[in-house]
Amino acid sequence: MSGTARSGARPGPLLELKDLRVHFPLGEGLLLRRTRGVLRAVDGISLRLERGETYGLVGESGCGKSTTALAILRLLEPTAGRIVFDGEEITGWSQRRLRPLRRRMQMIYQDPYGSLNPRMKARDLIGEPLVIHGLGGDRRRRRDRVDELMQRVGLLPEMADRYPHEFSGGQRQRIGIARALALEPDLLVCDEPVSALDVSIQAQVVNLLADLQRELGLTILFIAHDLSVVRHLCRRIGVMYLGRIVEEADRDTLFGDPRHPYTRALLDAVPVPDPVVEAARAPRTLRGEVPSPARPPAGCPFHPRCPIAEPRCSEVGPRLEAYPRRDAAPAERWVACHLADAEPAPSL
Amino acid sequence: MTQTPDQKPPRAGAARGPSPQDDEPLLVVRDLSVVFPSRRTVARNGAGGGSGSGSDHGAVWAVDRLSLEIRRGETLALVGESGSGKSMTALSLLRLVPEPGRIASGEVRLAGEDLLRLPEAAMRRVRGDRIAMVFQEPMTSLNPVLSIGRQVAEAIRVHRRVSWRAALARAGELLEQVAIPDARDRLDAYPHEFSGGMRQRVMIAMALACEPELILADEPTTALDVTVQAQILELLKRLTRERGTALMLITHDLGVVARYADRVAVMYAGKLMEQGDARAVYARPRHPYTLGLMASVPRLDDPPGRRLVPIPGQPPDLSELPPGCRFAPRCAFVHGRCREERPTLLQAPGAASGHLRSCFGFEEPSGPQGAGAPARAGTPAGEGTER
Repeated sequence: MSGTARSGARPGPLLELKDLRVHFPLGEGLLLRRTRGVLRAVDGISLRLERGETYGLVGESGCGKSTTALAILRLLEPTAGRIVFDGEEITGWSQRRLRPLRRRMQMIYQDPYGSLNPRMKARDLIGEPLVIHGLGGDRRRRRDRVDELMQRVGLLPEMADRYPHEFSGGQRQRIGIARALALEPDLLVCDEPVSALDVSIQAQVVNLLADLQRELGLTILFIAHDLSVVRHLCRRIGVMYLGRIVEEADRDTLFGDPRHPYTRALLDAVPVPDPVVEAARAPRTLRGEVPSPARPPAGCPFHPRCPIAEPRCSEVGPRLEAYPRRDAAPAERWVACHLADAEPAPSL
Repeated sequence: MTQTPDQKPPRAGAARGPSPQDDEPLLVVRDLSVVFPSRRTVARNGAGGGSGSGSDHGAVWAVDRLSLEIRRGETLALVGESGSGKSMTALSLLRLVPEPGRIASGEVRLAGEDLLRLPEAAMRRVRGDRIAMVFQEPMTSLNPVLSIGRQVAEAIRVHRRVSWRAALARAGELLEQVAIPDARDRLDAYPHEFSGGMRQRVMIAMALACEPELILADEPTTALDVTVQAQILELLKRLTRERGTALMLITHDLGVVARYADRVAVMYAGKLMEQGDARAVYARPRHPYTLGLMASVPRLDDPPGRRLVPIPGQPPDLSELPPGCRFAPRCAFVHGRCREERPTLLQAPGAASGHLRSCFGFEEPSGPQGAGAPARAGTPAGEGTER
């Protein structure tokens, strides 16, 4: 496998999102003639993925993390903002022009069964991207390449002639990973890749992704709701709420000293598998549920559930700003909260 | 409606056993087995004509000679991965095993009375009244065309002779107790007008309607977001504690177990592997499977860079179980006997009384990180075998 070669060729981040927005019109009637409003699934997010970095995007359902992934791959059209891949802005590109780029960005989905054609054998599923992109040479060479990929993701080449239903969930996810790796991509977008798997199998896939990232120098955007898994795999983490990033920091800063009340609430909500640790924690439970992105609250989108909200929070929405505020040096951490300085209760 | 369990009229059969006391377990399950005939057997004998003897080859023992106890007011977590038989266990306690499955053996004693021997009419009075269930998917468990208030009220009227008016008033009270905002004004609302978390609150209100002695909650928060999961589990825990209701919490999440359970029972491939006080089990698992689960889950308080230790392989096909211990093919500590004989659930040597495991014993790594010299735990020759 020679996937390392391409990454690092150019300076600068591999992927950059600038104020990306994806809005869906909400229509009335079948023909959507009258627009009732807009659903702001992604509402102005900016982030950078450095080459070889694993970036975690976390949040609850409806926060816009999967929409972001689809917009990056241009499987959904962004409403506004810019997507810069390897130094080139690809936002306005036609699907035709995008095609050669597609092999450089691949996606792994949550449901390893629903994303694999049940009538195709593992060998053809893994080899299909090579065929589509006219790579992999003749049948024989493609066969060797598929065997190599299967071994790479921990599948036995003897399994190549089996159909998806003959594999377990973890093995199917490995097929999905092998398929994504077939084209030696630079960017791997993983949307909840382990959340459908059993605990004992999750660890196998998490370790596989960590190994692949390191050995192939992949850049990974890892989308998940499970903070413990994200903490394991990701160096930098962005926390999303209602279509926006509310806090972004490197792993140790984010988990050690979360500054946004939502980040703290998420951490509090995740129990640690240790009764002694749990007995010593005093987790505060967040009230209410995530509002609809079709009717986001005024001001800070989190204020109706926020335990420390002040009157101004319901009036003025905070911007994502460097924390602590300073002028020199690129910031390490970004927080969108008027009260980012408030002293938090310890989480762990 | 305001009856507490003690004020309930005496039930048929209660006199058979010793009168339930506070130190007696509320629920005692002994050697409970649930079997599904293999497809081949069904084909050979004609549908529904199961032989009933032990001769079904390839039959699936979804639950295999399971024994456990739950005390009043206690939360027992039943942990396992998909297909481990934990949901089937809950269904079998209510005698709701889906066809063609059947309960093949065992006892399910609720306050001394064996539910498996009750006539169906009497069993219907147990369901929802003395044992209530909360399912994973609140949308599919609620009737979409009936108002919330009507459904909760109906849950009351199934078991209590009260007027609709009284039942609705009580429904309003219950919905308030599960912290549904403006509960009394929303009795006329329909399930689709509620969010997933609110629907699960309705399910809990229905479960509480008849003040049951035991609530079975099957993955009640798996479909919900983490912050809502915390709300729902807090609520369940608080309400059961206030009422002294026993709770069987079925989950795959070891964090949830650590936060909410008093005791834990670990299932694997239809069999109970380990059972004990939650703190003791987490402090020192006595079964290699439990040990493996602990090492494979990422934790929020992990030291940076800790590598997860997965359990190799995958759970067995229940119709083709290995001859010995069903965990043997994946076990890091497997020895000869494990591949030939089936271990039974017995007191773990050196552990507190009531800490049980199905294992012949293994070389256990000592110390919290699993480093250091292995210590001898248990005696491979000294423990019992199945059959």
